[in-house]
Amino acid sequence: MTATVVQPSLRLRLAERGVDLRLLLAVPAVVVVLVLFVYPFVFGIRLSLSPQRFTNPFDNYRAFFSDPYYYSSLLNTLVIAVPATFVNVFAAVPIAVRMRRAFRGRRLLAAALVVPVSLGTVFLADGMLNVLGPAGWLNKALLGLGLIDDPIRLTNNWWGVFLSLVVSGFPFAFLLMLAYASGIDPSLENAAATLGANRSQRFRYVIFPLLLPGAAVTLCLNFVMAFSVFPSAVLLGDPSGSSRVLALIAYQEAQERLDPSMGSAVAMLLAAAQLIFVVLVLGARSLLYTGPATGGKG
Amino acid sequence: MPRITSLELSGVSRRFGHVTALDGLSLTITGGEFIALLGPSGCGKSTALNCLAGLLPLTAGTITLDGKRVDTQPAENRGFGMVFQNYALFPHLTVERNVAFGLRMRKVPRAEIASRVATALSMVHLSHLARSHPGQLSGGQQQRVAIARAIVLEPPLVLMDEPLSNLDAKLRLEMRTEIKRLHQELGLTTIYVTHDQEEALSLADRLVLMKDGQVQQIGRPEELYLEPVSPFVADFMGFRNRITGTSGPDGFVADDIRLTGRSTVTGAAIAMCRPEDLRAGITTNALEVTVEVVEYHGRQFLLEVRTPSGQALHAVSAEPMSPGDKVKIGIDPERLLIFGEET
Repeated sequence: MTATVVQPSLRLRLAERGVDLRLLLAVPAVVVVLVLFVYPFVFGIRLSLSPQRFTNPFDNYRAFFSDPYYYSSLLNTLVIAVPATFVNVFAAVPIAVRMRRAFRGRRLLAAALVVPVSLGTVFLADGMLNVLGPAGWLNKALLGLGLIDDPIRLTNNWWGVFLSLVVSGFPFAFLLMLAYASGIDPSLENAAATLGANRSQRFRYVIFPLLLPGAAVTLCLNFVMAFSVFPSAVLLGDPSGSSRVLALIAYQEAQERLDPSMGSAVAMLLAAAQLIFVVLVLGARSLLYTGPATGGKG
Repeated sequence: MPRITSLELSGVSRRFGHVTALDGLSLTITGGEFIALLGPSGCGKSTALNCLAGLLPLTAGTITLDGKRVDTQPAENRGFGMVFQNYALFPHLTVERNVAFGLRMRKVPRAEIASRVATALSMVHLSHLARSHPGQLSGGQQQRVAIARAIVLEPPLVLMDEPLSNLDAKLRLEMRTEIKRLHQELGLTTIYVTHDQEEALSLADRLVLMKDGQVQQIGRPEELYLEPVSPFVADFMGFRNRITGTSGPDGFVADDIRLTGRSTVTGAAIAMCRPEDLRAGITTNALEVTVEVVEYHGRQFLLEVRTPSGQALHAVSAEPMSPGDKVKIGIDPERLLIFGEET
């Protein structure tokens, strides 16, 4: 007697081996990433290693780190991006924690905090010049009230770029932190209260540790955005002085001094600095508790 | 353990906008008592517990503990232990540190924390899991941690909010015994919220049955079990049979049903009894009915039957029956309660 064994379908047989054909739907996205990101990246590395003005492959990088004109831009970028990032995240945490609870006007406040995201950088810069510039509303008001004798310089310097990074970066930080904060089971805070923890202890021992992993991710994303600052550095900063940032140097080298090789080297250093920051922060994050922020079975 | 002498709730109320979730709860609890707040969902029992814990401010009334007002104190100053329905364990802390949390907030010396946490964990049989995180524990183990965390502080009052509702049936019975044992051993004063009448009856010294924010009946388990004061309480305590009719000098009448029961009312009335009191083989208050559904319940069979006039009833029988059988059922008049019409 012969028993005919029915073959399971191809999809089931592949699934047994851990192959899911539906993942093929991701192919177009993978192609786009390869073509628009990986290829330019590899191309950029190769370009930066064939200097136009020097002879040895690494001379672009050597030049960058030996010439204060170049390496000071790295410091400029850090001096703007790091404080702006930390201010964004640190300001977002308490506001997001407060916004978890329902209160009158909550949606309006959330909308107001997020609106700057919808404005383009240039539009934002224009608005900030109008408000904060030497002849802007703020200075006019302060001068008119007799509170100051000379206009406060809040644009075309470090402050201008810093403020624009806060205005454009805060909404992102806030939205991310609000999502993380909303994920914390409110009964945990109640439990801490019944165990004798006052408001600040509840924040310090329960809310904050559970927000920290999210804050680390937010910090990374915000830093990457702030570190590659370009338009606001030109429009609101002092592009020849304190806000001569890496992205600006890369642009100038490639487009103005017509040395795409050097421009690529600067861009690679920009990427490397971002990568180092992200690796450091995420490395520290992996030491934290990163599981769900709920108190048990729901 | 600091035993309390009395906890007095007087007119405790909580409104949410136009909705009154808890309407004038007054209750005096003596030290060492086990009180169950019982009722269907939305009856205000959890609101009452949260008001007691200090997690919800009162809109009226006072709470006094041994002569001192506590309702004006924030939760962290009341020092009541609370066990939450979803356990509310801190997911980022180990079992040990979860239990130690309250002691650390109170700045108890390190050595004392260690010994008290060890004692509390051994009391709930979890010493071997002290270093695990809550996420690695089963539901029953998490519940034990939550209980250890509440009792390690030796609170004057332990509040439990449906602590067993997320456990499976077998575990629920085990934990029920465990909770009762801890209550007795430690001389705790416990207020326990549940919607399960069996749980309330088996655990509590006194039951507070609530509906729509108002107390329906307060009493010892046997009082609520045998002498519910209203059709609502009776229904909640398991009087599944409910016949509407009239009560007069010659008993309770509804269509072709004539019954005698415990009655003080005349006029429109509701007769109620438990399925287990309405049995095949009892000759008093006999009714002839047709069996419609038979459920096997181990030592007996639960029947759904119908009288000739169409009244559906639940009864029990020691003998197996089949649908369609005609059978005579009856009830001891002592076990048939007759209430006036619900207002």
